[in-house]
Amino acid sequence: MLSSRIKSNEIVFGNCNKDLLEEIIFYGIGLGADFVEIFIENTDNSSVLAEEDFITSVSPSFGKGAGIRIFKEKKDGFVSTNDLTKHGLMRSVSQAIEMLDITDNKQRGGFNGLNRHRDYTLSKKKWIYEVPSIHEISEKLLVSTKSLKQNNKIITRKASYSRNLQEVIIASSDGTYASDIRLHQTVGLNVIASDAQYKSSGSRRFGSSGMPNEFRLWDHEKAANDVFESSMNMLYADYVDAGQMPVVLANKFGGVIFHEACGHLLETTQIERGTTPFENKLNEKIAHESVTAIDEGISEGSFGSLSVDDEGMEPEKSVLIKKGILKKFISDRAGELRTGHKRTGSGRRQNYSFAAASRMRNTYIAKGEHSKEDLINSISDGLYCKSMGGGSVGATGQFNFAVEEGYLIKNGKLTNPVKGATLIGEAKEVMPKISMCGNDLELAPGFCGSISGSVNVTVGQPHIKVDSITVGGR
Amino acid sequence: MNSREITTQISKAADFLNLKKWDYGASFSNDYSVQVDKGEAKQLKASQKQILTLRVWNESNLVGITTTSDISESGIKKALNQANIASDFGNKNESTEFSPLAKDPIEAKDTKKRNPVGIKKLLTLLREAEVKLLDSHESIKSVPYNGLSESFYERVYANSDGAYRSYTKSQAALYLYARAEENNKKPRSSGSVKLGYGVEDIDIDLCIKEASNKTISHLNYSSVKTDKYLICFSPESFLTIINAFSSMFNARSILDGVSLSNKNSIGEKLSTEALNIYDDGLHEKNISSSPFDGEGTPTKRLCLINRGKIENFIHSESTARIFNTIPTGHAGLGSKVSVSPDWIVVEKSEENFDLKTSLDHTTYEGEFVYIEELNAIHAGVRASQGSFSLPFDGWLYKNGTKISIESATVAGDIKYLLKNIINIESKQEVTTSGISPHIWVDELSITGDA
Repeated sequence: MLSSRIKSNEIVFGNCNKDLLEEIIFYGIGLGADFVEIFIENTDNSSVLAEEDFITSVSPSFGKGAGIRIFKEKKDGFVSTNDLTKHGLMRSVSQAIEMLDITDNKQRGGFNGLNRHRDYTLSKKKWIYEVPSIHEISEKLLVSTKSLKQNNKIITRKASYSRNLQEVIIASSDGTYASDIRLHQTVGLNVIASDAQYKSSGSRRFGSSGMPNEFRLWDHEKAANDVFESSMNMLYADYVDAGQMPVVLANKFGGVIFHEACGHLLETTQIERGTTPFENKLNEKIAHESVTAIDEGISEGSFGSLSVDDEGMEPEKSVLIKKGILKKFISDRAGELRTGHKRTGSGRRQNYSFAAASRMRNTYIAKGEHSKEDLINSISDGLYCKSMGGGSVGATGQFNFAVEEGYLIKNGKLTNPVKGATLIGEAKEVMPKISMCGNDLELAPGFCGSISGSVNVTVGQPHIKVDSITVGGR
Repeated sequence: MNSREITTQISKAADFLNLKKWDYGASFSNDYSVQVDKGEAKQLKASQKQILTLRVWNESNLVGITTTSDISESGIKKALNQANIASDFGNKNESTEFSPLAKDPIEAKDTKKRNPVGIKKLLTLLREAEVKLLDSHESIKSVPYNGLSESFYERVYANSDGAYRSYTKSQAALYLYARAEENNKKPRSSGSVKLGYGVEDIDIDLCIKEASNKTISHLNYSSVKTDKYLICFSPESFLTIINAFSSMFNARSILDGVSLSNKNSIGEKLSTEALNIYDDGLHEKNISSSPFDGEGTPTKRLCLINRGKIENFIHSESTARIFNTIPTGHAGLGSKVSVSPDWIVVEKSEENFDLKTSLDHTTYEGEFVYIEELNAIHAGVRASQGSFSLPFDGWLYKNGTKISIESATVAGDIKYLLKNIINIESKQEVTTSGISPHIWVDELSITGDA
């Protein structure tokens, strides 16, 4: 359990109370900073691994640290430290001031003290006591790996659990003063199947934010059946023939295509760098009219949900694309300062050692009106991507992602399983080719690595059809 | 607290808790980095980090572990307590012990001590580099990814049996990633990375030149036809793929059933007899070298492939005991100890009679695809199955001319790739992840959009 408790609105992490936070901010402003932001974190994490029928690893970790950011005009200095004493925090402010070459001691920004404490922890403190114990987790993981033992072709069975419990306090010179407790839990199942020269793997991940009880409600038998079925279907699959073809991408984690192909390019960090083709396309058509895409801070229980972002702003629901028209970018404080796009409550970071940056939260393509069968029936020769792996997007908007479980579509029907497919393309070219959206929107948890570290996100979509995309294979 | 004081603190707290056996690894670092945007400072960063990983053995000799950034007296006590609680869940089927080599002499490289140059100097150098790179060609419009950093750190390993190791080091890094744009063409992007023990060791001009040349060289691009091609891997791309499939040499992966190798694979022929592969963490060109691993085992040069055959696996203490050999200096420090290679060195063996030595990427006039850099390794490699399907940056060479490939993937099987190596060029090149010559492979599938 967390070593410190938020005992009142004033006392946070031992000696880091409101008076001290104000003193530190006044100090930075007095030295000539335009803006001062303090992010303090206390974590209590655990991970557990079950392999075959044994627990093989239990790894608790805990820690604390602070990230202090100072803005001067459009540049910022960021200092992170494990030293949460007054001296340590003051020294970090001084270091940031010095880095930014603020030497004239002339007060630039204003500071009228911290506002009323927005305490998002009040309804969450019980989480600390409801989080499953290592004993409970271990027992459930072992039951899960047993569920995976369904035939002699399964050669490895793993179940893993990870819990991240994070207390944060955010204070800045615009008066922001907020505290939050975040709880993220993930559990995953993995198998490798083998038969002579054939090999396949299967995996499923479940994740939630908040709600300690979610782990208890996780349907491990259903997950085990899905993983087993997937690995068996792919065991004897042929490699996919490469080429251009229409594809149908399944719902849930299929949403990674939007995340990689377009979502990253709508983050203001990409505008700052000049690496998005959508920079000057606001209110212009960038996608097929069937595409409406949303990035929102709160989707009940979803993995990317947050009560308050890491810059102390409540996250808004952002309609990024409405019927193919670009409506909004995903923005953080630095993004607003440097690009003019209003903050959307999307300033996120892995932990105190990263400065916040504009990052996606729960990002999905809205549901359409077609059934999954409508999409598949419309294709005479193509690929159905049932399960997706990871992906990435480069500095010129080129994206790629792996297909873990795929099936050929022939004459409007699903046929043979195929493996080894990679989808590649360019955001500008693929977005107009998403021509049909299903009516079966579902979300899936994932982790997204970018400039401010690895953050938990949700991707999602209904089944979608892409008229043509390059499928890499053999 | 310094590392000696931490060791004493742990020892005292362990005595108080009646914990007889423990070890720990720690790192303490100070890092400074800058980014620029069109001559202006963008983000300037400094960090002070400390991380302590502590293991304890309970009375049943089961291991528990905790990691923390709190190295105060109370933090250390809490870590010991948590590790003690975690030891109840220690792996009963595979024991972990101290490395038998944790007190052996270590070979530390004699590197000149570097001092921080400071943020202002870093900023000045990076601004100058950005200007030079932008000025190097009219098509280069921006340097969207750039950074100059310096780090100063100490690594420590100690245990209750009296082992104590510590070393301090510095490292600096420069990366410049340029973006070029021309009318009616898609933007192109490429870059270069340079490492040094300190900023003064980094050849900034060479980094600028490489980033510029690589970016400009891709301006004229074209689609490539989907087909099977003769492939030449650059040293960097070959090292990338070897590292991606290093589970072939990884005893932990073998025991876990996720490797292409098995316990009996020593001696298995993987490739032409002309291929040797070593892991050489202490190589003089390895800026990031460490004289000992997470368990305190000394780092050493280890032959992984000798004349085409698997010669050794990399081991932690526990995997070495299971394989009846000694630890190789590749372990981390964890509840379940992982192992990983340090710095791969690929070379041509003396047995090169079966190579097509006429294949030289600088002179060969036949058709081939040159793979300069492989991307999205995390998404496109199935290490346990041996397959890969990866986007890449590269060129199509034909009749003595070369044209940049617009967008494509290369796909195949690692064992097929190794077995179909048809030439290993003589000249080795140093990269940031190891050393390798250019490697030629027959018949791999390339997917383009033509």
